[in-house]
Amino acid sequence: MTATTEPQALNFECETGNYHTFCPISCVAWLYQKIEDSFFLVIGTKTCGYFLQNAMGVMIFAEPRYAMAELEEGDISAQLNDYNELKRLCLQIKRDRNPSVIVWIGTCTTEIIKMDLEGLAPKLEAEIGIPIVTARANGLDYAFTQGEDTVLAAMAAKCPDKAPVVEAQKQERNAISQLLNFGKKKEEVAAEESEYVNHQPLVLFGSLPDPVVTQLTLELKKQGIKVSGWLPSKRYTELPVLEEGYYVSGMNPFLSRTASTLMRRRKCKLIGAPFPIGPDGTRAWIEKICSVLGIEPKGLDEREAQIWAGLEDYLQLIRGKSVFFMGDNLLEISLARFLIRCGMTCPEIGIPYMDKRYQAAELALLEKTCHEMGVPTPRIVEKPDNYNQLQRIYEQNIDLVITGMAHANPLEARGINTKWSVEFTFAQIHGFGNARDILELVTRPLRRNNSLKDLGWGNLVKNEAKV
Amino acid sequence: MKLAYWMYAGPAHIGTLRVASSFKNVHAIMHAPIGDDYFNVMRSMLERERDFTPVTTSVVDRHVLARGSQERVVDNITRKDREEQPDLIVLTPTCTSSILQEDLENFVNRAQLDAKGDVMLADVNHYRVNELQAADRTLDQIVQLYINKARKKGDLETKSEKPSVNIIGMSTLGFHNQHDCTELKRLMADLGIEVNEVIPEGASVHNLKRLPRAWFNLVPYRELGMMAASYLEQEFGIPCVDITPMGVVETARCIRKIQQVLNAQGADVNYEDFIDQQTRFVSQAAWFSRSIDCQNLTGKKAVVFGDNTHAAAMTKILAREMGIHVVWAGTYCKHDADWFREQVSEYCDEVIVTDDHGAIGDAIAKAEPSAIFGTQMERHVGKRLDIPCGVIAAPIHVQNFPIGYKPFLGYEGTNQCVDLVYNSFTLGMEDHLLEIFGGHDTKEVITKGISADSDMGWTKEGQAELNKIPGFVRGKVKRNTEKFARDRGIEKITVEVLYAAKEAVGA
Repeated sequence: MTATTEPQALNFECETGNYHTFCPISCVAWLYQKIEDSFFLVIGTKTCGYFLQNAMGVMIFAEPRYAMAELEEGDISAQLNDYNELKRLCLQIKRDRNPSVIVWIGTCTTEIIKMDLEGLAPKLEAEIGIPIVTARANGLDYAFTQGEDTVLAAMAAKCPDKAPVVEAQKQERNAISQLLNFGKKKEEVAAEESEYVNHQPLVLFGSLPDPVVTQLTLELKKQGIKVSGWLPSKRYTELPVLEEGYYVSGMNPFLSRTASTLMRRRKCKLIGAPFPIGPDGTRAWIEKICSVLGIEPKGLDEREAQIWAGLEDYLQLIRGKSVFFMGDNLLEISLARFLIRCGMTCPEIGIPYMDKRYQAAELALLEKTCHEMGVPTPRIVEKPDNYNQLQRIYEQNIDLVITGMAHANPLEARGINTKWSVEFTFAQIHGFGNARDILELVTRPLRRNNSLKDLGWGNLVKNEAKV
Repeated sequence: MKLAYWMYAGPAHIGTLRVASSFKNVHAIMHAPIGDDYFNVMRSMLERERDFTPVTTSVVDRHVLARGSQERVVDNITRKDREEQPDLIVLTPTCTSSILQEDLENFVNRAQLDAKGDVMLADVNHYRVNELQAADRTLDQIVQLYINKARKKGDLETKSEKPSVNIIGMSTLGFHNQHDCTELKRLMADLGIEVNEVIPEGASVHNLKRLPRAWFNLVPYRELGMMAASYLEQEFGIPCVDITPMGVVETARCIRKIQQVLNAQGADVNYEDFIDQQTRFVSQAAWFSRSIDCQNLTGKKAVVFGDNTHAAAMTKILAREMGIHVVWAGTYCKHDADWFREQVSEYCDEVIVTDDHGAIGDAIAKAEPSAIFGTQMERHVGKRLDIPCGVIAAPIHVQNFPIGYKPFLGYEGTNQCVDLVYNSFTLGMEDHLLEIFGGHDTKEVITKGISADSDMGWTKEGQAELNKIPGFVRGKVKRNTEKFARDRGIEKITVEVLYAAKEAVGA
C-alpha cells in the first residue's frame, strides 16, 4: 500500500447536474411533523402538488398540516391579485386550523413570475395576526434537503433576541420546564443546574426527531454542556432565544444557509464540527464543542469503543466492500466518512451541492479517516451526471450503490446491490445510539442478497451484454 | 389560487410521459427544474420496472432563468440521441417551462438537424389540460407524425386480408392495463380476430405505419385513445369500437358491436353462441347474480367514484348485474362529464362531477353506504368512516399493481369484479356482526411473559419519552428496557436508562 502512505488531498469535480433528486418542497413532509403548531402552504402548481401527494405516500391521508396554494392561469397572467388571493387562503387556514405560524414555500413558478412573497408576508402578517415565514425552497436553486435549510434560515430571523422584559419573557418561555420541575424543591432544581459547566449559551440547529433531540442533549449533558435551545423546536412559539455571541452548531451537512444566517444576521459563533453521524462523527462533534467551550471531554474513548464493539456483526458484512454514492441528499460526505471508518472503500461520492466552508471539519475528518484506514480518497462529484455515473458503476464493479428510487430497481435487476438514499433522511441516524440504525440500512441489501446468492438469478434483464 | 392537497388527475406532463415511455425505444426529455423527474420514481416503484425509465431532464435552473436555455436543450437532445439511439425523442414541456415561453419548437427543429432519430415537441398546455387529456393528445400526435411520414415515403400498409384490430390506449401506470391487455388479446383470439397493433404499450413507432391494416380500432378506455382512433377513422375510415368490455352485459355489447362492424365490411361472423357460452359457463358473474350470495346484497347501498371508464362500468355492474342500490356515482373527469352523465344516470340516484376530494368525502359520509368503490383516496375515507372500499381507478398505490393476473376487462375481468364487490360487502357485514356480538374473543387476554404489568418503576420523564416511541414498537422497547434495568439492578427507569438499553440491545 505504498500509494496510500502518501497523503492524498480530496479531489473535487463538477459534472453536468443531470441527476435525480427530490424537489426541496419535500421538506414540508418532515417539518410540519416536527413543528407541531405550524401550517405549511406551498405556493405552486399541480406539478408540485402531484409530487408531494405521491412522495409523501400514506401521510397524505392523515389530514396533514400542509396544503397547496395551486396557481391557476389567472394567477400566472396576473389577472388575479396575489395579495388578495393569499389573504383569502390564509384566512381559511386560520379559521380551520388556527396555527401559530404559516410557512409559505415559494416554488419555481413563484420565482419565474416574480411573486414578491417576502414583501407580501409582513403586510399580511399584520393584517391577519399570524406570523408568516417565507422560504424559497424551489427546484431552480436547491435540491431535496436544502429545502429545510431555506426554511430554518428564514426561521432564524424569527427567533427572539434578548427582549427588554427578559425576566417576564423567560418565565413564560420556561413555562414547560417549570411544569416539569413542579413539585421539586428549589435545592433540587439548583442541584440540577450545577450539573452543568458554566459556559456561553449553545443553540443547536437542524430538524431531528424528538427522541434524537433528547439523546444528543443528554450526550452533551454528560460533558456538563447545556443546550439552551434547538432551531427548530417542537413548537413555533418555543423558538430559542438567540443573542449576539451565542454559540451555534449544525446537526446536518445541508444547513449552510442557516449557518451563515446565524452568523451574519444573528451574530452567533458557529462551531464548525463534523456532524454527529456514526460513533466517530458523534465523538468528533462532542470533542469540538468541548474544545470551543474549554471543557475536557471525559469517557469518550470507552463510549466510542463500546459502540464499535456492538457493531461488529454488521462490520463483518461490509468490511472491504465498495460503496458508491450517486448523490441526492447532501448527507453523502458524512455517511461515506462513517462507512470508510467501518472498513469500506468509496471510489465516488456524488453530492448535489458542496459547501466546503460549512463542511470543512467534516471534509477534514473524511480525509483523515481515509489516511488512517489506508484507502484512497474518494472523488467528490458535485452536480453529478447520473448517466455517466451509471457507466462508472458498471466499470468499477461496485458492491453497494446508494441511490434514489429511480435507479434502484433497474440496478437491482442488473445484479447490483442498492440502498435507497431517501431512507437515510427519514431514519434516525444521529448520535452514538443510532449508529446501528445506519448499518442496519446499509447492510440490508447485503443480508438479503446473502440468502439469495445461490439461486442463480442475479441478472434479471434481457440483452444486457455490457453489465 | 385554490387550496388543495390532493388531486385525482396529475399534471399534463405526466400524461405525455406515460405515453412516450410506453412505446419501445422512445425517450422523453423534460424541460424542467431539478426534482420534476418524479415520474421515474413512480414508474420504477409502482410498476417495479426493471429498466431505466427513458425520461431525462434538461434542467431549468437559475442560469436558464437569466439567459434562456440557449444551446442546452439542443445539446441534451443530441446527446441522448447519441447515447441511447432512440427512434423518437419527445421534448416535454412542464408547468415551469410553459411560463418561460421559450421557443421549444425551434429547439426541436434545430436538434432534428443533428439527431439520427426523430424529435418531436409534445403539444400540451399545462394550465388547460390534465394528465389524461395530455396522454390522449400525445398519443394522437405520435400516431399522426408516423402516419404522415409513412405516407410521404409511400409505405403505408393497407387493410389485412382477415379481420384484424388495433387495441388503442394501453399504457404504463394505467390501472391494471397489462392484465387487461392480455385479456383482450385472448378475447380477440377467441373471436378469430388478428391483433394488428397494440399502442402505446410495448409498441415500436416503426410499426405505426401498419395501423391502417386493421379492420377496426378497439378503444377500451374512455380517457386514452379516442383522439388517435378518430384521426384514424377520418383518414382511413377505420371504425372505432369504444364500448368498454367491463361487466357481463357491456362485454356482450362490445362483442356485438365488433360483429356488426366486421359484417359491415364483408366478414360473415356470428358471435351469439360464443357470448352465450361465455356468459353462462365461463364467466361466473352471471351465475353469481343468481346465487344466494348475491341475493343478500340486494338493495344494499353503494357509492362509486373514479375515472369515467371505471366508474361508469362499475356503476352499471352494481346496479344492473347485482341489484345493488348505487346512491351516487361520480367522476373526476370534468372535461368529459356529459359522457359520464349519459352513461350512468339511469343506474344511480345522483351523479356527482368534481375533482374536490373533500366534497367526495362529505358525500360519502352523508350517504353512509355499505361499501365504496373508488380510488385510493376513497379507500382512506372508508377507513376513517369504517366503510369497506374496493379500489377501481387511479390514483393508485403500489398494491394496485398486482403481480397475479387481475384484469378488469373481458370475461375473466367479470370474475375479478365479482370477487372485489362481494369481498367488500361481506367484510363490512363481518365487522358489523363482530361489533354487535362484542368481538371474536371475549375471554381475558392472558399476560405473556414479562410484557405486562411489571413492577418496574418508570420516572415521569422516562415514561414520557417512552410514549414518544411509535406505538407498534413501544411494547418491545418497554420490555427490552425493563429487562435491561432488571439485569443491572436499576430500580427507576429514566430517559438515560431507556437509551442506554437501546444501545445495549445493539451490542
